[in-house]
Amino acid sequence: MATTSASGTEFSEGLNAGFETGGGELPPGLGPWRLAWRRLRRNKVALFFGGLFLLIVVVCLLAPVYSQDVAHLGPNTGNITGTVNVGGHAQNIVSLTGIPIGPTWHSQYFFGADTNGRDTAVRLLYGGRNSLEVGAIATVLTMVLALILGVAAGYFRGLADGLISRGLDVIWAYPAVLLGITLGTVIAVNGIGPIQANNLLVPAFVIGIVYIPYVAKPVRAQVLTLREREFIDAARQQGLSHAHIMFGELLPNLASTIIVFVPLILANAILLEAALSYLGVGVEPPAPSWGNMITTGLSTIPAAFSNVLVPGIMLVLTVMSINIFGDGLRDAFDPRAKVRIAH
Amino acid sequence: MTRFVIRRILAMLVVMIVISIVTFLLFEAIPNGNPAFRLAGRTATAAEIHQIEVKYGFDKPIFVQYARTMKNIFTGQAYSYTQGFNVLDEIRAGAPATLSLALGAGFIWLFISVVIGTVAAVRAGKYTDRVLTVLAMAGVSFPPFFLGAVLLYFLGYKAGIFPLEGYVKLTQNPVQWFMHLVLPWVTLSVLFIGFYSRVLRSNILDTANEDFVRAARAKGLSERQVLLRHILRNSLLPIISLWGLDLAQVIGGGAILTESVYNLHGIGQLAADSIGRLDIVPILVIVMLTAFAVVVLAAVIDILYAYLDPRIRLV
Repeated sequence: MATTSASGTEFSEGLNAGFETGGGELPPGLGPWRLAWRRLRRNKVALFFGGLFLLIVVVCLLAPVYSQDVAHLGPNTGNITGTVNVGGHAQNIVSLTGIPIGPTWHSQYFFGADTNGRDTAVRLLYGGRNSLEVGAIATVLTMVLALILGVAAGYFRGLADGLISRGLDVIWAYPAVLLGITLGTVIAVNGIGPIQANNLLVPAFVIGIVYIPYVAKPVRAQVLTLREREFIDAARQQGLSHAHIMFGELLPNLASTIIVFVPLILANAILLEAALSYLGVGVEPPAPSWGNMITTGLSTIPAAFSNVLVPGIMLVLTVMSINIFGDGLRDAFDPRAKVRIAH
Repeated sequence: MTRFVIRRILAMLVVMIVISIVTFLLFEAIPNGNPAFRLAGRTATAAEIHQIEVKYGFDKPIFVQYARTMKNIFTGQAYSYTQGFNVLDEIRAGAPATLSLALGAGFIWLFISVVIGTVAAVRAGKYTDRVLTVLAMAGVSFPPFFLGAVLLYFLGYKAGIFPLEGYVKLTQNPVQWFMHLVLPWVTLSVLFIGFYSRVLRSNILDTANEDFVRAARAKGLSERQVLLRHILRNSLLPIISLWGLDLAQVIGGGAILTESVYNLHGIGQLAADSIGRLDIVPILVIVMLTAFAVVVLAAVIDILYAYLDPRIRLV
C-alpha cells in the first residue's frame, strides 16, 4: 500500500511539474512583439553588438565636441608645416618627405595626421557621422520605395505587378557596386533636380536605389499571400479604398519584415558608401567619410599604415555590430525567416 | 512545361531589352559635353567637329544612336571615345585575370561555406554555432579593399610572403600565377563565405523539418546518411544557383574592388579605370553584358528548377 501511494504522489507531482514548466515557457497572452523581445533578450551576443553600435553612433554624433574641446582642430584644419608637442618635444606633423605623423595618443593628433596635416581622430568622428548619415538616409529611401513598390505589385497583381517586377529585375541584374558607380558618376557630374553634386544626398540617393529589389521582392511575395486572407476580404467588403487597405491593413502585417530588413540594408548601405567613396564617386573630399579616408590612407602606405587601419577598423566594427544585432533580431522575430541579400 | 519555358524566355528578353535601353540612357545622361569635342581634340574647328558628329552619328535622333551603339557592340566594333581602343579587345585582354580570380575564389568560397554552413547547422544553438555565426557576420562586414590593403601590408610588405600586386599569366609562370592570386582569392572569398554559410545553415535547418527526412530516419538510416544524402542534397540546390549568379557577376566585373586593390588589370579594373576617365563606351559595354549574363543565368536556373520540381511551373 505504502509503495502505491508513494508512486501515486510521484505521479501527480510529475504531472504538476509538467504543467508548471509548460506554463512557464509559454505564459498565455504574449503577443508576437513580446515573444520576439523575450527571444532577443536571451541573445547576449546580439545585445552586446547592438549596444556597441549605439555607442559608435553616440561617439560619432559627439564629433563637434571632441573637435572643439579636446583636439581644438576642425575636420578640415590642415597644418602641413606645423609641429605638435609630443612628450615634451616638438615633432613635425608632416615630415619633409611627406610622411604624416603616426598616433601620438595625446589630445591632438590622437590617431596621427593625414598627408594634409589634418587630425585623423577628428576626421574619423566626422567621417563616421557622414558614413552613418548616408547609410541612414539610403536605408530610409530603400525601405519607403521598396514598400510602396512591393505592396502595390503584390496587391494589384496583373499589369502593375508585371511592370514593377520587371523593373526590379532590371535593377537587380546589375552588380550592386557597378550600378552604384554608374549612377554615382552620372549624378556626381549632373545632379538630379535639387540633389546637386558635392552633397551627401548623392551617394545616399544612389545607394537607396541599388538595394530596392532586395526588399521589394520579398515584400511583394508576402503581400501576395496576405491579400488572400479573410481580413483583407472583410476590408474590401467594407468598401475601404485601395490605399487604405494597402497602408492601413497590409502594412502593419509587414512590420516584422521591415524590422528585420532595416539593419541588413543599413549595414550594406554603409559598406557600399565606403566602396563608392573608395572608387571616388561617393562622399566627395574634403568632406570625410570612412571610405574616402581609407583611400587617402592608401596613398601613404606602407609609411603611415595607421591611416588605413583606423578608419577601416571603425568601418568593420560598425558594420559587424549592425550585422550581428540584425541577425539576432531576425532569429527573434522569425526563426525560420529566409532573409538574404546579395553583394 | 513548354508554356513555362516560353513565358520565362519572353520575360528574359523583355528585361534584356529594357536593360540595354536603361544602360544606354544612363550613359547618354553623363554630360561630359558632346563626345565629338573630346574626339576632335582641343584645336578642332567647327567643321571638324561636325564631321565627327556625322561620322559617329551623334547628330542623329537618340533611338538611331541606340540602335547603332547596340549594333557596334554585337559586331565587336565598339571603340572607346577617349582612348581609341576596341572595347571588346580590352575585355578579352582582361578576361584571363578575371577568370582566374573568379573561378579560383568561386571554388574556395563554395567549398568552405558548405563545410562551415553544415557544421553550424548540425551544432545549431550550441557554442560552435554561435562562434561560426559571429565569424560569418565578421566576414560579410569586411570591405574587400580594406581587407586587401591589410593582407597586402602584413603578408606582402611586412612578411614578404606574397608579391605586392599585379597578375602573371598561368602559361607564363604557374607558380607566380598562383602566388599572385592567393591574396585576391582569399579577399574575394571571405565576403561570400560569410554570406553563403548563413544561407546554407538556414536551408539545412528548414529541410531538416521536412517529411522525407522523417521518413529517411524512420526507415533506419544513420544520422550521417540522413544528413549527407537527404538533407544536404536538398539544401545545396539554392546555394548552387546563387553561386552561378554570383560567379557571373564576378566574371562580369563585379569584383571591381578586389581587382583594383590588387591591380589585377581584369575586367573590373577596366570598368573602374573607365569610370575614372569618364570613358562611356567600355563601362557601358561591361555593365550591360554583365547584367545580360545575370538575367540569362537566372532564366536558365528558373527553367532547371521547373524541370526538377513541377510545382514551380504553376506559378
